[in-house]
Amino acid sequence: MKLTGKQIKAKLEAIVKKYNNDSSMLVPILQDTQTEIGYLPKDAMIELHEMLNVPLTQVYSVATFFKAFNLIPRGRHQIFVCTGTACHVRGSERILETFERELNIKAGESDKDLNFTLGTVNCVGACALGPIVIIDGKYNGEMKIESVKPLIDKYRNTLETERGTQH
Amino acid sequence: MKRLSSPIELEELRQSIVKSRDPKKTIVSICGGTGCTALGSVEVIKAFREELIKRDLADKIEVKVSGCRGFCQHGALVTIEPQSIFYQRVRTKDVIEIIESTLLKGQTVDRLLYHDPTVTGQFVHEEEVPFYAKQKRLILANSSKIDPKRIEDYIFFGGYGALAKALYNMKPDSIIEEIKASGLRGRGGGGFPTGRKWESTRKAQGDLKYVICNCDEGDPGAFMDRSLMEGNPHSVLEGMIIGAFAIGAQEGYIYVRHEYPLAVENATIALQQAEENGLLGDNILGSGFNFRVKVSRGGGAFVCGESTALMASLEGKVGEPRAKYIHTSDSGLWGRPSNLNNVETWANVPIIINNGAKWFSGIGTADSKGTKIFSLVGKVRNTGLVEVPMGITLREIIFDIGGGIQGNRKFKAVQTGGPSGGCIPEKLLDLPVDFDELTRVGSMMGSGAMIVTDEKNCMVDIAKYYIGFLKGELCGKCLPCREGVKRMNEILTRITEGNGKMEDIDLLEQIAATLTETSLCGLGQSAPNPVVSTLVHFRDEYEAHIKEKRCPAKVCKALITYNISEKCLNCGLCVKACPQGAITPVEKKKPVVLDQSKCIKCGSCLDACKLQMVEVK
Amino acid sequence: MVKLTIDGIQFEAAAGAMVLDVARAHNIYIPTLCNHESVLPYGACRLCIVEITTKSGRKRLVTSCLYPVEEGLTVLTNSEKVAAHRKMLMQLLMARCPESEIVKELGQKLGVESTPFPSEDHHKCILCALCTRVCAEVVGVSAISLVNRGVEREMGIPFFENKDACIACGSCAYVCPTGAITLEDKGDTRIIHQPWDEMKFKMAKCKVCGRYWAPVKQIEYMAKKSGQPMEFFDKCTDCRN
Repeated sequence: MKLTGKQIKAKLEAIVKKYNNDSSMLVPILQDTQTEIGYLPKDAMIELHEMLNVPLTQVYSVATFFKAFNLIPRGRHQIFVCTGTACHVRGSERILETFERELNIKAGESDKDLNFTLGTVNCVGACALGPIVIIDGKYNGEMKIESVKPLIDKYRNTLETERGTQH
Repeated sequence: MKRLSSPIELEELRQSIVKSRDPKKTIVSICGGTGCTALGSVEVIKAFREELIKRDLADKIEVKVSGCRGFCQHGALVTIEPQSIFYQRVRTKDVIEIIESTLLKGQTVDRLLYHDPTVTGQFVHEEEVPFYAKQKRLILANSSKIDPKRIEDYIFFGGYGALAKALYNMKPDSIIEEIKASGLRGRGGGGFPTGRKWESTRKAQGDLKYVICNCDEGDPGAFMDRSLMEGNPHSVLEGMIIGAFAIGAQEGYIYVRHEYPLAVENATIALQQAEENGLLGDNILGSGFNFRVKVSRGGGAFVCGESTALMASLEGKVGEPRAKYIHTSDSGLWGRPSNLNNVETWANVPIIINNGAKWFSGIGTADSKGTKIFSLVGKVRNTGLVEVPMGITLREIIFDIGGGIQGNRKFKAVQTGGPSGGCIPEKLLDLPVDFDELTRVGSMMGSGAMIVTDEKNCMVDIAKYYIGFLKGELCGKCLPCREGVKRMNEILTRITEGNGKMEDIDLLEQIAATLTETSLCGLGQSAPNPVVSTLVHFRDEYEAHIKEKRCPAKVCKALITYNISEKCLNCGLCVKACPQGAITPVEKKKPVVLDQSKCIKCGSCLDACKLQMVEVK
Repeated sequence: MVKLTIDGIQFEAAAGAMVLDVARAHNIYIPTLCNHESVLPYGACRLCIVEITTKSGRKRLVTSCLYPVEEGLTVLTNSEKVAAHRKMLMQLLMARCPESEIVKELGQKLGVESTPFPSEDHHKCILCALCTRVCAEVVGVSAISLVNRGVEREMGIPFFENKDACIACGSCAYVCPTGAITLEDKGDTRIIHQPWDEMKFKMAKCKVCGRYWAPVKQIEYMAKKSGQPMEFFDKCTDCRN
């Protein structure tokens, strides 16, 4: 989803307008920006600093302070393994390691084809169903080690199908 | 929609809603909370709707989507009203049977009823289910009956009646006195007397004041606030409006953690609907009181649960705390008097106003009044949200309500207070749950996460986990926390890898003391608690790791080996499961061979083997 | 005015004054690293902790840079507890910045000769944030800031490459207590060395004496702020008289 500079600017204008140009809403504004563009590109942050009239250092510091923000492009599918305490005592560490092995990347990274981004999240409040893995916003509870590969394969297959239909 | 302009109009609206509802009408109430959604409740809802339309029953039978009921492990949860039949683990394949048997023939589908492994008998109605029966649900009372996206449901149950009473029958000072007299203490973790906080903010200099709802719920394992904000946002909002009126605030914020999208959505809808009905915004209920609320989101930072860091984030800055020698009630958001309370604290306010401080203070202990919602999770059989009166013992919560330990294993400890709290061992389980009692034994109430561990959990690993968590979450501003937590993490890691020294324990205790006394905010000040409490109650585990290089619970990877029992019959499941190809079959019906040099201790073989032939030493 | 006691001696101080400032005004030593008169107190280094007892008898440790004086306050600037915690703070800091001279000196002054923690990092920056605070509060351009969170926190510029807002005034180097930021004028170039890397700026030449006297960007900033035309700055400060 490569957007032109003009497209990015238009999206940002709409977002900033939605929040009434209120610079105190910087965090939600950056979140909406990331939802629209997929990540936070440099140019978008520079645009926002101009539109909101806040120092660029403030935008950059906020973007690097909060875990929710990605400053590099992410994969088509976002995989988050919850590493909150309830999930931890139920073995989430091993689930994470299994994902890392299967995808050959570490948490916080994307594979080189940008199919998958793997990350951790610190508690989504579904603790009774731990260990939880969230893929593209869909919650997969009570994960087992042997369920990891089939789950990844399911998404790999849809990527294959998408590529197939593109040709 | 006409905006309500008096308590009488509110009551008239409520009565018209009541009149429009046939108490005998069959309602299928399906939980739409995050937990049940993860277990397919969205599909179940769709299936019910489609099937009822197909059978031409959509007019006669209502499908309602309720908020979170707190028993997520058994989702999707479905309650059939008016009989209050409670079905659990409902899937789309069960929908037709429920319609045909229960809705049309009045018969229960027994396999979907709740069965308790420790208590005999069948439980048909929600109130009978032991998990719910032993709770005292005041705040979560109507969780299965309220659709959070419909304000009419809240009003049906008397919602906003407390606001009407506060605005018309009470004065700001008398409201504050009532909250003070109730003994309500903050439910977010601090336990500060709510009435006193309101009073300080009211008395503070300045015309522009704020009330803030902290829905950051950073403690991993805690989901009370998620449940409340998703399932009954109006109860929180009503509390905030009453508080704002009492304090003299014109603007409010609900700060929701970024990881709770459904809570953000339902809070936003609740604000809109309240405003449309004249219960928020200008001239609330015709009283002349104006109050507006905005929803803001966190960005993924545990430290933003701390009030000054939250306020910094609300100002569009990084979530760095600041010194609180000058209280936020005097100088908070934008340097103005600000009253911040937790979601559950706000939800208690309408209940207190409706029923009175005397009634409220009759529940609980001498210094901890009312009920508290705990999220009981971990190795316990019945995990979920438990609302109980203060003063109940930990044993009752974990064993009577929680059903004891899964798999008949042995209880080891319960962690209360999240990363700021401590572990409580078996010998202290008869402790009454109360702010001061928990603090006395080296833990704290915290936000309410109660994580139960069993003999298969290593307490050193748990301490390392919490310190690791805090290392990733601390803001980095102050020296003791940033450097101290890092060093504690190093030391604990070495101990779990078999490279610890006895002097490490002394060093951990020294760092702990400096962190507790000199850190800038509560995160650093309480960071040592999990370490200190595990050292107090489970020192033997630390010493085993250090002196014997042994992990008694067989968790710490560097100190364990996986071994194949000589009774193994070479079924081959583990050979297939092993990602490193470390297991090889040798002879038919003879044990497979595990190459230790290739073993990464991932546990795949342990999970794959159905005959317990994999031993961890 | 309020009356308070510091280390057994009674003083009078204006309400709202910080305990640290009152102590210093009376030559009582309290160590600090992140405090500077030109900027607001920050509370990051924690070295200025003191043991206080309020009038009502409440005892605790507070950072004196941010604690306002109160009537009847008793302050101990170097109690056993305070000294012990300062030692641990210095040990932690020395492990972060093992080569820093100023850290070593302060450590020795507070009785700390060595640190029990391993020192694989060799930071010069102690994250006191004086540079970023001066840039924001005094200079007013906010060209540098603290980036990332937690143990990865560091001072830097946006994307570690965008120096547009910087006017190369060198205030950050001036205020840095450890020399983690230094300024070097080399012919027609000013180099500001910061922990993450360096920034280079063009210097303007005086029309009269030919000396490279100020960065072009700083002159542009001064012109904008003062309303003076750029030509006013063609002469250096020496030659303008």
